[in-house]
Amino acid sequence: MRGRNGIIVAFVALALLVGAGVQAAEPIKVGAILAVTGPASFLGGPESRTLEMLAEEVNAKGGINGHKVELFIMDSGGSPEKAVSFAKQLIEEKKVLAILGPSTSGETMQIKGIAEEGKTILLSCAAAEVIVNPVAKWVFKTPQKDSDAIQAIFNQMKSMKISKIGVLSGNTGFGKAGKGQIEKLAPENGITIVASEVYDKASTDLTAEVTKLKAANVEAIVNWSIVPAQSIVIKNARQIGFTGPIFQSHGFGNIKYVAAAGAAAEGVIFPAGRLLVADVLPDSNAQKPVLVKYKNDYEKKYKEDASTFGGHAYDAFMILAKAIEKAGSTDKEKVRDAIETMRGFVGTGGVFDFSAEDHNGLGIDAFELLTVKDGKFALYGK
Amino acid sequence: MNLDLFLQYMVAGVTYGTIYGIVAVGFNMIYNATGIINFAQGEFVMLGGMTAVTLGRFLPLPAAILGAVLITMIVGALLEILFIRWLHRPSVLRMIVITIGLSILIREGALHIWGESVRALPYFTGTSVTSIRLGGVYISPQVLWVVGIGAVVVAILAGFFRYTLLGMQMRACAANRDAARLCGISAKNMVTFSFMLSAGIGALGGCIVSPITYVQYDSGVPLAIKGFTVAILGGLGNSLASAGAGMLLGILESLSISVLPAAYKDVISVAILLGILFVRPSGLFGSVEEARLKEF
Repeated sequence: MRGRNGIIVAFVALALLVGAGVQAAEPIKVGAILAVTGPASFLGGPESRTLEMLAEEVNAKGGINGHKVELFIMDSGGSPEKAVSFAKQLIEEKKVLAILGPSTSGETMQIKGIAEEGKTILLSCAAAEVIVNPVAKWVFKTPQKDSDAIQAIFNQMKSMKISKIGVLSGNTGFGKAGKGQIEKLAPENGITIVASEVYDKASTDLTAEVTKLKAANVEAIVNWSIVPAQSIVIKNARQIGFTGPIFQSHGFGNIKYVAAAGAAAEGVIFPAGRLLVADVLPDSNAQKPVLVKYKNDYEKKYKEDASTFGGHAYDAFMILAKAIEKAGSTDKEKVRDAIETMRGFVGTGGVFDFSAEDHNGLGIDAFELLTVKDGKFALYGK
Repeated sequence: MNLDLFLQYMVAGVTYGTIYGIVAVGFNMIYNATGIINFAQGEFVMLGGMTAVTLGRFLPLPAAILGAVLITMIVGALLEILFIRWLHRPSVLRMIVITIGLSILIREGALHIWGESVRALPYFTGTSVTSIRLGGVYISPQVLWVVGIGAVVVAILAGFFRYTLLGMQMRACAANRDAARLCGISAKNMVTFSFMLSAGIGALGGCIVSPITYVQYDSGVPLAIKGFTVAILGGLGNSLASAGAGMLLGILESLSISVLPAAYKDVISVAILLGILFVRPSGLFGSVEEARLKEF
């Protein structure tokens, strides 16, 4: 018996030695909380697929600084409650270096405090400005600011001599944040909001809402939402004979919404990142190589159109990877500092210039005004 | 509010109402045969819409819809045969748990098959911007299709339950299962048949409303909630009543938007439902005596 035990002990010791050898290149643990299913799945779906693609790509090249990336993607279904428990789990149990996501603004705001407390980097893929304003030490976001998107719309309205508008917004975090910004920015741009309505994300028909706007004689409609119901608004507005321009948010940047709205989507004006028009950008554009590569890789691998939302996850992952490289370590504090001091990073959303005051790093030049022509995205006015 | 505007709100209300009504009719079907509420009804609507969109890639529209209805009917029958048929006198609570479970099962299944993206059938007539103008009122032709097909379905059903042998057998089972069996009616087959029928109606509803509402793997639940509200409002078990209650609720919701912020739309419909249930627990059009005999 004794001899046999000895052999077992020897084996165990050997196994531990081997284990220790492997441990030298410990993987970098990265968490992601994304709405892979549920009402915001059009965000989380492309985002999670993008992250999987990038992790595979990076690991195939031997990882970052010799460390492989270990990705933990949690499906929150768009629910803030789940996002909160996943955030705690990722920080306390998995001890991740950073969390990518969540997909929605509502979820991000719920876990902002948890990331701060847990001293874990949060690179949100959600748009609302409140995520980085006021600045929180550990919280960053990759999508462009909604205030810049609204300013881009208002600039366009001014050139079209529009002053009376109606606002429709979805009852999600994104919709609420956008509505607040629109109401804040309208007076300084000389624009009056004569009617404003909020609609449910599960709406099936919104004829009554647009009728109310039309009755208020609005010159243009701003439809600020990120859920599929936003396509219903455009359709119903055209059906009841509203002929003025319809402006959408950057949440319209998914070709499936255009397909869903059909002919009604023609001529809709919205600000968005350049991913949607990567092919028609001039070669001089700094973002073009990044955009074209991401778009081609994604579309080849998943056989579906790339969307700006997947691009936000691309930026989050690449910013983190770049920061780890730059910091030369996986120390949370050092990587965080590396993100905060990163300048001129070319991503899909724009050219990022982070600073201690700006945890988004993008300005109004990150937006391009787009429209829909023959069922496809096109540069507006070109 | 001028007349045109009022009529435009009415059109919106009728659109909402028909969508709710068509879901409610499916609830009634299974309720009539089994005395239970099938909480997977919304999923039948979703399945119909999704299947039709997929079939629509290879088949002309009418064939795609017919195919979707048939496939959903088979799914309905299979669900009943696999999960419900072998139960011996299940309690109401048990059936609720089972049908909610089925609803989750179908939803997750659809997510795996179709993914999370939004789909829609093309408009039957014209495109998403086509509308018919009557005076100052605009109506989308699809609304006319929905109202027309919905009315035909309700009329056929009413006739089916009243005049055909099969329809009467189904009613007999609902009224008294044991007595029906003594008369030689196979109660189990009737239940299977009612699941098929309600799956078919749900699927047809899903097809005709999908150009308006879109369809996604999880669009069944909100539809089922509204449909259920309307079925209760009209009085459970009565298809004509639920069509009427659907219209009423749709119009009230639409008119409420004209005076109140739209965000209160659902608050109003639920408040109306509660109010009516306090005053008339048997529903707007249900008979009080009949309601006393019902188990649920």
